[in-house]
Amino acid sequence: MNINATLLAQLIMFALFVWFCMKFVWTPIVAALDERKKQIADGLADAERAKQDLELASRRSAEILREAKEKAGEIIGNSEKRASEIVEESKTQAKIEGDRIIAGAKAEIDQEVFRAKEQLRTQVSAIALAGAGKILGREIDAKAHNDLLDKLVAEI
Amino acid sequence: MSSEMAHAATEVAHEAAHTSGDYIKHHLQNLTYGQLPDGTWGIAHSAAEAKAMGFWALNLDTFFMSLLLGAIFLFVFRHVAKTIVSGTPGSLQNFCEWAIEFIDTSVRGSFSSKNNMVAPLALTIFFWVFMMNLMDLIPIDWVPLMMSALGVPFFKVVPSTDPNATFGMAIGVFLLVLYYSVKMKGFGGFMGELTLQPFGKWGMPVNFLLEGVNLIAKPISLALRLFGNMYAGEMIFILIALMGGAWAGFSLGGVTLFGSQILLSLGWAIFHILIVTLQAFIFMTLTVVYLDMAHQEHH
Repeated sequence: MNINATLLAQLIMFALFVWFCMKFVWTPIVAALDERKKQIADGLADAERAKQDLELASRRSAEILREAKEKAGEIIGNSEKRASEIVEESKTQAKIEGDRIIAGAKAEIDQEVFRAKEQLRTQVSAIALAGAGKILGREIDAKAHNDLLDKLVAEI
Repeated sequence: MSSEMAHAATEVAHEAAHTSGDYIKHHLQNLTYGQLPDGTWGIAHSAAEAKAMGFWALNLDTFFMSLLLGAIFLFVFRHVAKTIVSGTPGSLQNFCEWAIEFIDTSVRGSFSSKNNMVAPLALTIFFWVFMMNLMDLIPIDWVPLMMSALGVPFFKVVPSTDPNATFGMAIGVFLLVLYYSVKMKGFGGFMGELTLQPFGKWGMPVNFLLEGVNLIAKPISLALRLFGNMYAGEMIFILIALMGGAWAGFSLGGVTLFGSQILLSLGWAIFHILIVTLQAFIFMTLTVVYLDMAHQEHH
């Protein structure tokens, strides 16, 4: 209970403890706490930013999807149109080709007919000559009666 | 009284203590190292010897206990500070962080200026005083009995029941108050604060008297409040312990006293947990408030 030099010892001890606490305890711990505070704040900010990014990306992906759908629709429409065009075209082509074939055939037939006629006419004239010769009893000079014959042929 | 005497005698076997008065005195005597009457240096073996040593003596128990407790506090916190991670904290780190945030919050609440020294000061005061006070919860006879078995005549295990410890801290705080008063307001400003209020310059002597008392009252009240509370608490533990000293044989009165001692010790110890914490907190808060006042200009 006596006041003695313990007082001074306690005073010095107190000062040393406070100094040590300030220098080696308080400063590093508070620094770590501040760092954690910063980390948490950063983390929250990052999360917020990521959320915004996500929203942006989803909006963008929806847009891309919409565009793609549009384009696909357009392509399908185009190809349908083209397909019908091709069908039309081939139909026309076939018709032309058919007509051409028919015309060719007709021409050939005409030619055939004409040729047959010619042949027939020649033969008829020959038969007529032969007939006439028989009737007249003598041979008709082909050369002498050529005009007559030609006239006859032309008449047939 | 003979049964009391017998019990007291067993508890302080190494001393010539034979009455409850001696038992109390023995518990209140510090282990003092100083110059003995014959001129040699050594440990005082009685209160009179300790008193005769005068100022240049050291209370070894106060000194070593406060050193040990302060070192434990700083060791634990230093360990955490060295291994601290800003990621997920362990449980010890969590405790230290909680303590630091608690101190930081209360310092911010009552200290408005900017000073990096105040918060660590508050932390040191709170934990050091708290641990010194906490020693009061060690059953009152354990440490003195253990020490007397080792041949040490006295041992007061609660440093804050020694006015040297409380005044040592309070004077430290007072020096800081003076230092920051002069630093913040200048010597003239500080002197002006002491002499020019509350009555203006014509009431200078009265002002100085009032403000001087006001200033001196700070460290004295700080030291005496803690000392008084802890000393009184210790005293009550001693008195409760004396009740059990009356126990001798299985008489009705003896058993009643013995049972009362157990119940009262328990009750007082539980209540004392509050006082221990509260006094540490009050010491800390008042220190911060005094330093805040030292930092502020009064107009």
